[in-house]
Amino acid sequence: MKRQLAWLLVLLAAAALPLLLSSYHVDLATRILIFAVLAMSIDVLAGFVGRTSLCHGAIFGVATYVVIWASAKAGWAALPAMAAGVLAATLVAALFGVLAVRTRGVYFLLLTVALGMVVWGVCLRWTTVTGGENGLRGQDMRPALLVARENFYWLVLAVAALCSWGMWRFVNSPFGLSLRGIRDSESRMRALGYNVPLHLFVGFAVSGFFAGVAGAMYAFFNEYVSPTSVAMAQSVAGLLMAIVGGVGTLFGSFIGAAAIILLENTVSWYTDRWQSVLGLVFIFTMIFAPEGILGGLRRLAASKGRTR
Amino acid sequence: MGMNSFQLLNGLTFAALLFIVASGFTLIFGLLRIVNLAHGALYLLGGYLGYSTAIATGSFALGVLAAMLGVALVGLLLDQTLLRFVRGHELRQVLLSLGVALVLNDLALVVWGGDSFTVPTPDLLQGAVPVLDTFYPKYRLFVLATGVVTFIALWLLLNRTRLGALIRAGVDDAEMVEASGVNIRRVFLATFVLGSALAGLGGVMGGAFLALYPSADAEILVFSLAVVVIGGRGSLEGAAIGAVLVGLLNTMGQVWFPELAYFVIFGPMAALLAFRPLGLLGRAV
Repeated sequence: MKRQLAWLLVLLAAAALPLLLSSYHVDLATRILIFAVLAMSIDVLAGFVGRTSLCHGAIFGVATYVVIWASAKAGWAALPAMAAGVLAATLVAALFGVLAVRTRGVYFLLLTVALGMVVWGVCLRWTTVTGGENGLRGQDMRPALLVARENFYWLVLAVAALCSWGMWRFVNSPFGLSLRGIRDSESRMRALGYNVPLHLFVGFAVSGFFAGVAGAMYAFFNEYVSPTSVAMAQSVAGLLMAIVGGVGTLFGSFIGAAAIILLENTVSWYTDRWQSVLGLVFIFTMIFAPEGILGGLRRLAASKGRTR
Repeated sequence: MGMNSFQLLNGLTFAALLFIVASGFTLIFGLLRIVNLAHGALYLLGGYLGYSTAIATGSFALGVLAAMLGVALVGLLLDQTLLRFVRGHELRQVLLSLGVALVLNDLALVVWGGDSFTVPTPDLLQGAVPVLDTFYPKYRLFVLATGVVTFIALWLLLNRTRLGALIRAGVDDAEMVEASGVNIRRVFLATFVLGSALAGLGGVMGGAFLALYPSADAEILVFSLAVVVIGGRGSLEGAAIGAVLVGLLNTMGQVWFPELAYFVIFGPMAALLAFRPLGLLGRAV
């Protein structure tokens, strides 16, 4: 009960943000929420299945591409376009899942890099549909009610809250527990009679679904997509947010997304070398803080609890 | 199958380049268990270094030398500094190398800008010669020959020298090698430097016919990944087979489905993985 009250307060505080912030910062907060959903979808796999993926940016980008294409080229309304985007991302994730479930550890990561690059290659070269380097631009994609950035922020907040709840339920469901079992010992789970590849496949597809939701929201937020949106850098950024927040903490992704996006925003004021900064953050996180902010806090709390 | 000898040769020369780059990648992966995602960035860096040296001195050979030495040095520094902190953590190593790739790529953008460059080739290698039923650029044949020579040299190194024996033993069981009194760290370091130098060599070779531009590192990296995934971790022969397969498939893809060329490579790769998750010649550890 206390916990639910705390979450309600956090949600209310987040909902009150647009009343305090400038319009520029409302956009920034919207972006943080969208990327937090992406980072959480990565954390579902990395933290609870033990599979670190570097193709979620591509899955995210597929949804963005499909939504903008459906809206700008095929003239669909917002809702069906969004549904198509999420569906496409889920299908791509399912296809990737079929291939990737047979691998683990570094091999899994390697394969997801390659799969993500395929998406990028197709988006870059298939110029008749994707517009190649120039990308696709949507126009007035949001329904009238959501044109105001505060309204759009509230919608994204609601969707992000729903997604967080969904993912939290997923990883704590009996199915999610068996995924954790696979993370800890694949052979034990197999010996217990669990269908490991099927579990991994479903886990991957579910995670891809949520990445797709984030990508579809991003389409309405940005109204523009180019191969950069599906490039590896996108997957890298998403993974970094999950790691900085703390792998396996799920909600740490919000902290991670906020940290990375605010850092990007600050750094961009001073220099164009954001990519270097991102790389350095990666290097330093790996060396000094592999368990991330929330993970580190939890460990601190746990060690305090023990000494007492 | 609708491929003339010109396209066949294109596929083979690309395969030779891929082999040069991927052999270094697979050696490092096989022995050190490091998936070095900075390998593509090292390739690009080697290409740029070779380009600048070749322009400044007018000598292609010096360019090759500078690229190999320069990139080997970067590899040495990488292994001795950053990777030191994360030894033994597979995933942290990979992600750290990813960070290094981002930084190197961005630094290259600062130094060489966003334009595309082509490494100038020596006069001797310009023009074309008749091959089979067509005329083929001399330089590309030179790349093909370099690929074959690299394969032979690496094969001899691995199978006929003490260092090679240690590397092969290390791929199978590094702990056992260490237990028998060998300083495996030095073998690791030698392999990492050698693998980096190969990436540098690939950079100059490829830079002279594929051009160098800021996203070339990601493209070559993904091809190398495909080669290693197909061939199997740590296997030189596997890398050679994988490189020929990927090189030919890529050429076929570009001829038949220019917009979807990537599918043609990764379709077979995916099918292969379904049956042999460790690649053609990969062995479980």
